Amino acid sequence: MSIIPNWLHRLSSPRNFYRFAGTVSDWCGWIALVLIAIGLYYGLVNSPPDYQQGDSARIMYIHVPAAWMSMFVYMVMAGAAAVGMIWRIKAASAFANASAPVGAMFTAMALATGMLWGKPMWGTYWVWDARLTSELILLFLYLGYMALQSAIEDRDTAARATAILALVGVVNIPIIHYSVEWWNTLHQGATVSKMDKPSIHISMLIPLLIMALAFKFYYFSNVLRRARCEVLEREKDKSWVQELVRGEQP
Amino acid sequence: MSGANLGTAFVSLLRRDLMLAYRHRAQMLNPLLFFVIVVSLFPLGLDPEPELLHAIAPGVIWVAALLAAMLSLDNMFRSDFDDGSLEQLLITPHPLPLLVLAKIVAHWLVSGLPLLLLAPLLGMLLNLGSENLLPLMATLALGTPVLSLIGSIGVALTVGLRGGGVLLSLLILPLFIPVLIFAANAVGNAGAGMDITGQLAFLGSLLALAFALAPLATAAALRISLN
Amino acid sequence: MSEFFHMGGYAFYVWSSYSLAAVLLLVSWIQPRLREKRLRRDIARRLRRSKR
Repeated sequence: MSIIPNWLHRLSSPRNFYRFAGTVSDWCGWIALVLIAIGLYYGLVNSPPDYQQGDSARIMYIHVPAAWMSMFVYMVMAGAAAVGMIWRIKAASAFANASAPVGAMFTAMALATGMLWGKPMWGTYWVWDARLTSELILLFLYLGYMALQSAIEDRDTAARATAILALVGVVNIPIIHYSVEWWNTLHQGATVSKMDKPSIHISMLIPLLIMALAFKFYYFSNVLRRARCEVLEREKDKSWVQELVRGEQP
Repeated sequence: MSGANLGTAFVSLLRRDLMLAYRHRAQMLNPLLFFVIVVSLFPLGLDPEPELLHAIAPGVIWVAALLAAMLSLDNMFRSDFDDGSLEQLLITPHPLPLLVLAKIVAHWLVSGLPLLLLAPLLGMLLNLGSENLLPLMATLALGTPVLSLIGSIGVALTVGLRGGGVLLSLLILPLFIPVLIFAANAVGNAGAGMDITGQLAFLGSLLALAFALAPLATAAALRISLN
Repeated sequence: MSEFFHMGGYAFYVWSSYSLAAVLLLVSWIQPRLREKRLRRDIARRLRRSKR
């Protein structure tokens, strides 16, 4: 027990987690909203069109942050799942389980916007480009994780089994990425990856980074909301939950 | 625990699994039959033009091998789970990863090895030349053990679940992609007279990695699934 | 202003990307809120029933 810092230990009590998650979620949500507004202004209005791709390059300001998020969420999810499995912290497991749908959503967003960007750039919605292919495989990994989670009825067993799967995924993702990149350079040497710009102008970098930050805050806000539901469902027979809902109308 | 003791446990479990497989040999042959049928469907669905077949053969044979592996993997722990011997295995004093490895080796001997022996025949059906056949067998020799190793993790996670077979393929097939990419590419390149030691080295290192990690993950997954 | 919406001829791709992202973010935002509301109502109802 001494390995776990005291504040974390206190936080891991479901009741405290529930209250804490609500507050942090609201704050992160507001910050995300403000950042999205600023990012949209810079991305859509106050940045020059790309000298080659014109205004279609503005899709980058959601495509690239979404692609970053899809990887980031998987790593956070695996980390939280591992913490939940090793130290039996239920709040961490709830956090990991709540991350999967959000991560899948960002992956789907990266795929869809990538396709919409691909049409004007390549003349077709789908090209077996390394990044799109990797995103597709990542989506499969997320869906597999969610399928396993919903197939196991017992909550604790499900949390630990999905943790193993997430860790196996973490070991495999770099290998899959490397393989896909290698395969891509072999078969489509002519297609220049659209992200491989040697240098990106500062006026385009600003909205990109703002949107990336906004998505991170959105993710934390959203995932804490979802984790709250998990905690509530798990603890529905406890007295603190019953006190909480006392005043509620049927 | 003495080393000899561990070895005995490993060998006796391996022998037991092989014996069981031999008794149910008709059932063991089904994935192989599936492998042959799937491969022979492609010329019918496409065009039996020799050049086309030659071009798609490495990919087709490898995809069929992946699917056949999925089918046979489903049985890896199922019957042991049903008759309770899997639980017995968990409470033996021997380290579980080692026992799991014995089961994986047995699975590969029963499903991977026959695939390896059958593949040249299918390669000929798809117009692969002799320069492709040896690389095909080399990739299968390095790749199919990886399928058994990684697959065992998925089987351990889904053992005892209803509809586990479909779920298993959802979990495991994406993880097989690196094997597919490098193996199919090596076979294709060998036909073009290119050097394929890089691809084979990659497959070999995948095998080493899977060999080191998969039994541990499978053992952990089994303990979770069975409590 | 119309130039802004025109997006240099890429209006369809740009605006459908952004609106798709907006829809996804909104749906994901609403989902847990609806679920929590439903959950709390169910727990409250069960509590009332058990008291009777």
